[in-house]
Amino acid sequence: MKTSAPADHDDLRDALRALCADFPAAYHRRHGADETYPEEFIDALTKAGWMAAMIPAEFGGSGLGLTEASIVMEEINRAGGNAGHCHGQMYNMSTLLRHGSEAQKKSYLPKVASGELRLQSMAVTEPTTGTDTTKLKTTAVKKGNDRYVINGQKVWISRVQHSDLMILLARTTPLSEVKRKSEGLSVFLLELAQVVGKGMEVKPIANMVGHETNELFFDDLEIPAETLIGEEGQGFRYILDGLNAERALIAAECIGDGYWFVEKASRYANERQVFGRPIGQNQGIQFPIARAFVNVEAANLMRFEACRRFDAGEPAGAQANMAKLLAADASWEAANACLQTFGGFGFAEEYDVERKFRETRLYQVAPISTNLILSYVAEHILDMPRSF
Amino acid sequence: MKVLVPVKRVIDYNVKVRVKGDGSGVDLANVKMSMNPFDEIACEAAIRMKESGAVEEVIAVSIGVKQAQETLRTALAMGCDRAILIVATDDVHTDIEPLAVAKLLKAVVDAEEPGLVICGKQAIDNDMNATGQMLSALLGWSQATFASKIDIDGDHATVKREVDGGMQSIKVKMPAVISVDLRLNEPRYASLPNIMKAKKKPLDEKTPEDYGVDVSPRLEVVKTAEPPERDAGIIVKSVDELLDKLKNEAGVI
Repeated sequence: MKTSAPADHDDLRDALRALCADFPAAYHRRHGADETYPEEFIDALTKAGWMAAMIPAEFGGSGLGLTEASIVMEEINRAGGNAGHCHGQMYNMSTLLRHGSEAQKKSYLPKVASGELRLQSMAVTEPTTGTDTTKLKTTAVKKGNDRYVINGQKVWISRVQHSDLMILLARTTPLSEVKRKSEGLSVFLLELAQVVGKGMEVKPIANMVGHETNELFFDDLEIPAETLIGEEGQGFRYILDGLNAERALIAAECIGDGYWFVEKASRYANERQVFGRPIGQNQGIQFPIARAFVNVEAANLMRFEACRRFDAGEPAGAQANMAKLLAADASWEAANACLQTFGGFGFAEEYDVERKFRETRLYQVAPISTNLILSYVAEHILDMPRSF
Repeated sequence: MKVLVPVKRVIDYNVKVRVKGDGSGVDLANVKMSMNPFDEIACEAAIRMKESGAVEEVIAVSIGVKQAQETLRTALAMGCDRAILIVATDDVHTDIEPLAVAKLLKAVVDAEEPGLVICGKQAIDNDMNATGQMLSALLGWSQATFASKIDIDGDHATVKREVDGGMQSIKVKMPAVISVDLRLNEPRYASLPNIMKAKKKPLDEKTPEDYGVDVSPRLEVVKTAEPPERDAGIIVKSVDELLDKLKNEAGVI
């Protein structure tokens, strides 16, 4: 299947496809069904340097941009896998990279690059605070000069059980005492081995896609002050950078899914014979697949534009959000066309369509719902009144 | 010791090959191209020799269109040290013939003075299986074809060959041209850091004129055709009917 993506990264894609080919559909199916973490796959990606794509060469990575990182995610999903198991590392990296101190970068980045440590988790969302991030209730209160004490609760915090490091956003100055509500929040980098069971509890949430995600409870957790990233009170800004990266990466995953569905559907439409001819000969079958492909291709253009802006240091919020919306819609449309093409067989686990269908459905909701992207576009790009 | 590894850019083994409308060859426009899989095995063998300390430098060389530099970058990303590209045509549909390739490789060997040439036994596009043998003849070097195991010991190499009916071990004098078969090794995939390093490794671009070699074709492709489509089988009701059909319809007994 020939796509409109630029050929600039074909060398990366070839190498990624060769690696992914060692982990066939049956491998991902088993991990999906057992709700286990695909350790061997993530280890292979790490050993071959892919998870360190964005870490600068001086810290042992390849010093590449979001464009290349997004290609890693796209190819994982296009090969039938689920990049949701490892994408955290790519966007959490930018928070540490752009705002961490030299000492923090020196002590963590080389180990993350080599695979000794995983930086897969970010704790922002709370049970009563979703997109309304500035209202979050988890607090970090300074104790003496060298400690902070954390209290509160987080939810939908992914990959905590398969990560060594976690980024935490907590309020250090009460909302009532700051000039702007986006101030007073701070980012900490926690070593999970030092905090789990010592003031932080992890409660897994069983879910539709077998994704490892959790509730976290903080009860007087004491952490060293040097875990603070950047300046106290400026954490919201640091997290936002990572969120734009996250959206572009998720868009790339959706695009990988979209191509997977289109490829799977068109192949099946060619092979499956009913009434003595392939079902793909019916326009009722081929048009939805063709339209899904057109929409994946269009979304892909916005994804590359978002990545280009991010890598050039230009504002990329609008494009990252729009790419995520377009790509999530396109992959969901492709998923529906694929399932419809497969008919009853699409529901059988052995064809992987139902698994990928569930996985790509998530991106209508996470990490930001489609409606909230529309609100963002209406308010911030089109200057319409804020609707909430 | 230096090792020279010739690599060819061929149609990717996953691509469904289509014959051009006029039957003059296979359609290569907008088709995914990759390194010949046997040449990947040759690269892997040479790189492992370097990793074991037996070899100082691995040089990859490709002859064909300018785009073959992508194939050479793949060889460099696997671990070859430097590359030579001989641009012998600007038409992707022109296949440089084995004798011309062998002559160019001889010229490269004369210039680089490697102690060993490791190549794929054949390219999967035209299956000629000739270049390695021709090169050894032109150089006056030993040859060991279809290698599934290679042991270099000083001035000799012991090579296990895949031959019809089994395996054959031969001992050849170095320097030698060794062509490799499928089971010699499993080539590695390039890691991201090595892909990045490969972009900075030297890749020299040459022309056949630089080596004084004439690459004009001596063979003419008369016709290229798709393999005939296989007809569906039939189920016979009895042994007698089977015998009758074999005798009178198929004419095989």
